[in-house]
Amino acid sequence: MARLLVLVGTRKGLFILACDATRRAWSIEGPRFLGEIVNHAVLDPRDERTMLAAVRAGHLGPTVYRSDDLGATWEEAKAPPAFRKAGEGERAESVSHVFWLAPGHSSRPSRWYAGTSPPALFASDDAGRTWSGVAGFNDNPERIKWCGGLQDAPPDGATLHSINADPFDPAHLYVGISSGGVFESRDEGATWTPLNKGVAADFLPDPEAAYGHDPHCLRVHPAVRDVVYHQNHCGIYRLDRPASRWERIGDNMPKDVGDIGFPLALHPRDPKSLWVFPMDGGTVWPRVPIGGKPAVYGSRDAGKSWKRLARGLPPEQGWFTVKRQAMTRDLLDPVGLYFGTTGGEVWASFDEGESWACLRAHLPHVYSVEAATVA
Amino acid sequence: MKVVLPTPLAQYTANRREVEAHGATLAELLADLDRRHPGIRFRVIDEQGAIRPHIKIFVNRAQAGGLALRLAASDEVLVVAALSGG
Repeated sequence: MARLLVLVGTRKGLFILACDATRRAWSIEGPRFLGEIVNHAVLDPRDERTMLAAVRAGHLGPTVYRSDDLGATWEEAKAPPAFRKAGEGERAESVSHVFWLAPGHSSRPSRWYAGTSPPALFASDDAGRTWSGVAGFNDNPERIKWCGGLQDAPPDGATLHSINADPFDPAHLYVGISSGGVFESRDEGATWTPLNKGVAADFLPDPEAAYGHDPHCLRVHPAVRDVVYHQNHCGIYRLDRPASRWERIGDNMPKDVGDIGFPLALHPRDPKSLWVFPMDGGTVWPRVPIGGKPAVYGSRDAGKSWKRLARGLPPEQGWFTVKRQAMTRDLLDPVGLYFGTTGGEVWASFDEGESWACLRAHLPHVYSVEAATVA
Repeated sequence: MKVVLPTPLAQYTANRREVEAHGATLAELLADLDRRHPGIRFRVIDEQGAIRPHIKIFVNRAQAGGLALRLAASDEVLVVAALSGG
């Protein structure tokens, strides 16, 4: 029977929840990297063995660890993501932390991508052992302009995230930058163009700005070609390629809830089903559940309508935040949904969001949650 | 020469806090340290050659400002990791 793993990256280490396909009795392993920040940990769906973790201790430089045995043992990358040494008069940059990890296209079995703060893209062609900058992005003369300045950055620093290799085109990549916007490459990273038409940016004076937006989480549908969704600082959007103007499907959310949030999860098979976790984007942008009543919202019709999914979640006084990497789904039927909170809880639903149960409490602040199936 | 390391770096040295490394400058010493304990240098020195923000390096109890500092074989090098917050 297949095993299900849920990788939970936290501010103080990595935890791995495990279960068989019944999803009834969960075990927990960890912490690995105790005391170190694990921004993201991902299992490679191509080989169902390799795991990568983005790790940084508070006082040490950032690195990437890899495991070939489902997290039992780990080795550090021999050359972690790092900018090239600046030449005379060049801007000298150093990676603060690796924020996002993503496997490459299935036809590139050893390719991985890493997104960092400050926003930059790195690639590995040996399953995470050595990394080098994607020159087409990192050395692009437009990059600094795209990414803005310190005032445009989230509290933990500006990041490159949401790296998606188009499952139907190995040359096609999407990334998100907070802030900076959504960008795509049609030539495997050699050149990049902004992809932000139709996206609101309430903090920019130009309503049709080409870049400078703040995507929080972008997902390319894994099974149906050219379906892309994203949760932005300013709304929830859908894009059906080859169109290039996003449709704000968050306008269909209840007005007293709004469409602000961080994560977004897609059904692995149905391109019209997705889930978000709305946050309070009013007043000073509290970024907590609206009214202290945590709820997932799901849509079955590509965002035309939304349903509140809160059974089992705290009915009141629930004030945690769910970060952009901290909500995901598994591949089973019915689909299991998982999210982790800044309060150290991991919640799960095994009926596609209809009801929720707390799988684990008392963990450190959760940064990321990824689910994976292994044989 | 003797190099004294903080606990966050002990994972690179089989938990030894005192190790040997050689070099005529701090840069050479750190390169030698990295040959003996692969990966350790990048955790304390960034890709531009700067000492990371929460790391301090002392040579004979005087703080080193950069990697060009010249060393003698009898020097003692102390690497300190300082972090605050919960």
